Amino acid sequence: MKMEKALFGDNQFFAVNHLSDEKSREQAIMFKDDASIIRVLDQAREVGINTFMCTTHDRIANICDYIRANPVAYRDFKIYPCMPYAHKYANAVTDFGILGALKQYIPGNILSTFTKGGVAYLRKDFIGLMEILIDAEMKMFRDISTPVIFIQNVLVDMILGLNMLDVFKEYDSYIRKKYNAEPGYISMNLPALHDALHLIGIENPIICSSINKIGFRMPGGKAVYEKYLREGRFRPIAMQVLAAGAIRPKEAVEYLGQFPKIESVLFGASSKSHIAETKELIEQNISRKSRPFHKTIMQNNI
Amino acid sequence: MQMKLKAGIIGLGKMGISHAAIVCPHPSVDLVAVCDTSTLVLDAFKKFSRVNIYKDFRTMIDAEDLDFVIIASPTRFHYEMVSYALKKGIHTFCEKPLSLTIEEGKELDKLSKEKKLINQVGYHNHFIGTFLELKRLLDKKVLGDLVHFTAESYGPVVTKEKGGTWRSDPHEGGGCLFDYASHVINLVQEIIGRPVKVNGSVLKKIYSKGVEDAVYSILTLENGVSGVLEVNWSDETYRKMSTLLTVFGKNGKIICDATEIKIYLKEANNRENLKRGWTIKYITDLALPVNFYLRGEEYSAQIDNLVDCILQNKPSKINTFKQALQTDEVIELLVEDSKN
Repeated sequence: MKMEKALFGDNQFFAVNHLSDEKSREQAIMFKDDASIIRVLDQAREVGINTFMCTTHDRIANICDYIRANPVAYRDFKIYPCMPYAHKYANAVTDFGILGALKQYIPGNILSTFTKGGVAYLRKDFIGLMEILIDAEMKMFRDISTPVIFIQNVLVDMILGLNMLDVFKEYDSYIRKKYNAEPGYISMNLPALHDALHLIGIENPIICSSINKIGFRMPGGKAVYEKYLREGRFRPIAMQVLAAGAIRPKEAVEYLGQFPKIESVLFGASSKSHIAETKELIEQNISRKSRPFHKTIMQNNI
Repeated sequence: MQMKLKAGIIGLGKMGISHAAIVCPHPSVDLVAVCDTSTLVLDAFKKFSRVNIYKDFRTMIDAEDLDFVIIASPTRFHYEMVSYALKKGIHTFCEKPLSLTIEEGKELDKLSKEKKLINQVGYHNHFIGTFLELKRLLDKKVLGDLVHFTAESYGPVVTKEKGGTWRSDPHEGGGCLFDYASHVINLVQEIIGRPVKVNGSVLKKIYSKGVEDAVYSILTLENGVSGVLEVNWSDETYRKMSTLLTVFGKNGKIICDATEIKIYLKEANNRENLKRGWTIKYITDLALPVNFYLRGEEYSAQIDNLVDCILQNKPSKINTFKQALQTDEVIELLVEDSKN
């Protein structure tokens, strides 16, 4: 499964700005209507970007409705879902504890069995619980092409930190089996995640992580990341390439060009000219010369 | 090879699990045990990790040979858990706020000193690069004599009417004052000056029944600087907790949040390489280097600080029980003032 070189992200739509809290609130106002999000997605499509990588935020459900209602226009459009939208769970966990939070987000029919028997069942079957939560998050994408499905960095890095690596194994196999999709991992700890996934036999995983010239949000330091980008066995997607705006786009993407292993670049922008400019830079600099062709990709043939 | 420190964690809610995920990969620490009352959470640790699990914190502390413990339970349990750990000679990190009463906080501070143990509280904002830079610049007197400040924090914690959780019980430290405003008060205290007087305090309920959702007050610091505190956790225009300090001095002003610090000076400060007018510095240049990242550098950096202090046997300069106790004292002043 070949990914597009330029992947369009959603941070700008949901008031995520790592450089300025003030800017993030301005963005929230700019994208208060779903139509304004769709307008920017269409501008991205016009310059040839057909993959939208987005969180399972409630408002994405509305965008998905629109995409389903316009099947011709969005014929080639793909979404890479990133789950879960962590804030809704985090607030619920603080308020109600883990069990209470689960009760809030488990779909209706399961909730009704979530009494004594249900709890006992789930206690023994965490993986079953994970599958239920994945299905709940994936519901909004029905009938939309989702060839890669990501776990968000907060969850990936929590599982990684806790060293509960079997969870990745189960996630990986469920995404392949149930959704016929490639599992992806967003992480702020690329080297540690790379090694952990290989340890449990997940070969050549898609890992999306911060990769930028100034080493911003690259724990352990830029040199270690660069070593993995040269020698690691994984399919890198670079995010935070502009380091939240600290680096100019040209310089930022040229830096990525020295790592032919990088397959795609995730970026967000709010204006057509910025989208077009970044897309052009990515096309010019991302060469993918040494992209390995791996058996896991052949087996799944997606 | 250096021996690794053995750590335990009590309370596996959002903060406890987050601490566990940061402590576990730390190169100088072995997370050996966790404790919680929820069998669901403990079963997950039992199934997927190798740490020992406990339902009772005393049993854990007695059975394990811990170097330090992280306490992330609801605030009302802090006193008995922290004092038990200290009495057993274990270095202790406690989530904020330290305790629900001044008397308890004083005892914990005293006990940690008697036992000569490292003590730290989870006011993690002090490990955010922008706030560290604000403190550094104020210590260098770049603003000259300080006059006034505003300290604000907003977030979407309680955005509709609901009850029945620990957050809704004032006796459990569940309100905006203990849970949210404590962070802001502590920042003011350590960066600008210690509040000694409060006026016009309003603890306002918006959606909650038993506790306040907003805190408004006028503070006077021991250095004579005045300021306004405005904290509201029922503001859903914010995606997550956002804290903003604005400090006004005779030479200019500084506006600082977790992502950027904006400095306005009436005259250039060459020593600090700050121009006349505005200079903006970003977190990209100020973030502390960490080896593992989860939710923000500050969460790892505070654990690094704790571990360094224990390994080098030197008291922490940041977020000690004593500093946290001073914050609890301001909280008490606010509660009393709001009744007038």
